[in-house]
Amino acid sequence: MATAQQFCTFFIEKQFFAVPVQQVQEVIKFQEMTRVPLVPPVIRGLINLRGQIVVAFDLRKRLGYPEPPEGQKPMNVVVRADGETVSFLVDEIGDVIEVGEDCAEQPPETLSAEMRQLVQGVYKLKDQLLLVLDSERTVGGTDRTGK
Amino acid sequence: MDDLTREFLLESYENLDRLDQEFVKLETDPGNLELLKSIFRTIHTIKGTCGFLGFAKLETLAHAGENLLSLLRDGQLSLNSEITTALLAMVDAVRSMLTSIDNTGNEGERDDQQLIETLTRLLKPPQEPKEESATETTKGEEPAPAVPPEASIGEILIKRGAAKVIDVYDAVQQQAEGDPRRVGEILVQQGAVKPQELVEALNLQQQARAASNTSDSTIRVEVSQLDRLMNRVGELVLLRNQILQFTNASEDSGLLATSQRLNLLTTELQEGVMKTRMQPIGNVWSKFPRTVRDVAVSCGKKVRIEMEGKETELDKTIIEAIKDPLTHIVRNSVDHGIEAPQQRLAVGKPVEGTLRLRAYHEGGQVNIEISDDGAGLDLDKIKRKALEKGLISSDQASRMSEREAANLIFLPGLSTAEKVTNVSGRGVGMDVVRTNIDKIGGSVDVQTKLARGTTVRMKIPLTLAIIPALLVTNRGDRYAIPQISLLELVRLEGEDAQKRLESVQGAPVYRLRGRLLPLVYLDRELRPEAAGESGKSSVVNIVVLQADDRQFGLVVDEITDTEEIVVKPLGKQLKGIRSFAGSTIMGDGRVALILDVLGLAQSANVVGGNHERAVAEKELGAVASNGEKQTMLLFQCGSEGRMAMDLSLVARLEEFKSESIEKAGEQMVVQYRGEIMPLIRISEALHLPEQERTGDRTGKTQVVVFSEDGRSVGLVVDRIVDIVEETVIRQRPSKREGLFGSAVIQQKVTDLLDVHSLIRGAIPDFFESELIGRER
Repeated sequence: MATAQQFCTFFIEKQFFAVPVQQVQEVIKFQEMTRVPLVPPVIRGLINLRGQIVVAFDLRKRLGYPEPPEGQKPMNVVVRADGETVSFLVDEIGDVIEVGEDCAEQPPETLSAEMRQLVQGVYKLKDQLLLVLDSERTVGGTDRTGK
Repeated sequence: MDDLTREFLLESYENLDRLDQEFVKLETDPGNLELLKSIFRTIHTIKGTCGFLGFAKLETLAHAGENLLSLLRDGQLSLNSEITTALLAMVDAVRSMLTSIDNTGNEGERDDQQLIETLTRLLKPPQEPKEESATETTKGEEPAPAVPPEASIGEILIKRGAAKVIDVYDAVQQQAEGDPRRVGEILVQQGAVKPQELVEALNLQQQARAASNTSDSTIRVEVSQLDRLMNRVGELVLLRNQILQFTNASEDSGLLATSQRLNLLTTELQEGVMKTRMQPIGNVWSKFPRTVRDVAVSCGKKVRIEMEGKETELDKTIIEAIKDPLTHIVRNSVDHGIEAPQQRLAVGKPVEGTLRLRAYHEGGQVNIEISDDGAGLDLDKIKRKALEKGLISSDQASRMSEREAANLIFLPGLSTAEKVTNVSGRGVGMDVVRTNIDKIGGSVDVQTKLARGTTVRMKIPLTLAIIPALLVTNRGDRYAIPQISLLELVRLEGEDAQKRLESVQGAPVYRLRGRLLPLVYLDRELRPEAAGESGKSSVVNIVVLQADDRQFGLVVDEITDTEEIVVKPLGKQLKGIRSFAGSTIMGDGRVALILDVLGLAQSANVVGGNHERAVAEKELGAVASNGEKQTMLLFQCGSEGRMAMDLSLVARLEEFKSESIEKAGEQMVVQYRGEIMPLIRISEALHLPEQERTGDRTGKTQVVVFSEDGRSVGLVVDRIVDIVEETVIRQRPSKREGLFGSAVIQQKVTDLLDVHSLIRGAIPDFFESELIGRER
């Protein structure tokens, strides 16, 4: 195998996503959040991570998926992006997997424009496709619209 | 670098900072022996230590300076500006060598030969020192003063009368010229001093040095160490809050007592750690006399610097943060604010300009004012410039108040300096000042009067880390409001809740003790989409806040509690929202947002918005002649006389025994502080209906002491009622001598006493005699 990379995977609306494992600080279960007014809906709130306050991003909203079914509590993938620690809210956590660079592919043209901006690469796994997110871009672009 | 060198550097930096200040002071007061001695000691210490550490260049230079200083101190030379300049240059050279040692470990490639020569040349006194008189004065002194720990052997010998000044001078001179022997050796070998005397003097020197070491009771600590400690304490405070919340629900008295103890200890620990980080603002200011001198000299001006409140303490991080902005403002004031001497003369000002620094605590904040008596800001020019640069629109410019125009100088890209000097006008401008002050949660404001001067006023929080806050809720979400901005809380219930809220052209207001308080609804600010909804609730909670110099009421759903909170910065994604200042973790572990009072006020247009201010002022103008709050002393005179006078006119309130009141001629007097003070019974002076005199019953007479120019007069009243702070609106002018009129204070009609006219009426020559006294 050529160079391989490790990814921390998760699911949103049954779709398989991942971020590079070295960007991930930890994965934690649902946390109570404090709403933040005056920000775009992508920012769901603030959580207390053992004394550190981090912003939680709703990846469903960010990627253009509909609201989750009633009662479903999102999990937190805590990521270091753009010099800050933030949390990505996802439906379900997957495994940490190792994928060879040889199965990487450019994002297909058919992806929505929004999604194409955030997806850094597509990996063809045996039974499904893995979309790798660019954390910096996922976090970015909200501070301006936050006004 | 070894510890010893590091310590030497730290100590020397501190000493040099003090030197700058002392030299400048010395220039205005050349005869000050104490100052000279202190300067000499500092240089001597530096010289001694660097000799020890093997910094030869530094030692030679310091030595040259020391020689010159010792002559100055002994009165054999008198200070002139040439000497001051040379000595200051020496200080600078020493400083740059120290920096070099700090960075590279050696003294660097400096060549200070010329400076050393200058220093040595200046050593030659204009005339030869009069040897006789010199020894005379040292001998004729009162019992020989204790030997200071840093006294040189030569000094001790001269003091003890064992050596002549000229011999010591020669020996020191020889040493400076490269003689490797010690001063004592030279003296003994030249037969100027008996060996016995030298041994005694050396013993004395040693004793003195040993004694000085015992007073070493301070240690140096790295700031980062304190920062870490502070962070831990911050976490502890949070934990304490959580524990308190758990235990408050518990019934176990043992647990409750323990948690109370924990509570107390945490608070003490927190205060203790904060204290270790506090530094007097004088530490920063101490550099300014030198700065001012240098800038003033370079632009040919004369500027005197005055300082008040040097001892005001601030957190170390804040001191660091305001250092540059302050320096910038000071330089700016000297360079642009204060006019050139001939210009000052032309407008009848003293040639010497004054720069005043003032610091004081107020409401948990530190206020710092930098004022100059210069030309003031040309507001029209500033507006023009801002227009040119497209920073404001012409419409804005025409509507702008003076204060707003003055504050334009804080906009980036606006420099009104006609020419770029090496001091200012180089682009690092007032906008950087504002940014830096904003960063630490402070505010800065400028006030100016053409031809009278400019004052820059900063409000700085004492500390950044842990602040007391008021907790409020809006739609179930908690928010913290820093108590620094909190003035008072108002709760309206039942009918009041709807009736007392009024509106001026659609802007909601509340009448707070006769003053219109603009209201801001937190909910509408946080959820602009809900602006239309009118929440009719039976209870209205108003948090009265101070933002800048404006007050406004923030309407919230509920006011819950006060708590010490640890301020945590907001993530990058939330920085742009000006309504929030930060976030914190509450006792239950959840996050709460900290409201930025100024930001809220700005986004609600309470501050800086012309509209509401204009409306509010118009409305106020209709009811009030002067909207300013006054502090009034309320008292009772006669049977119905309820009166008030401005508290600023009151020197003291005194109570005299009735029998101590005497008569001098027709005048009632009392002996007061070694003087005879005339008394005026207000009810008599105003011919008020008499009441049974309380003085007759209680044996005590209440007197309000009024003082002017060292003369006092006592106003006899029947009873002191209260001291109130209110907006006093004079409603009915008075026909009666001695009264201004009447006003409603505390919902009762109250006469306003005209103290001056009352005194003039009773003692016609009170003010005149003082006038004569002044002319004499």
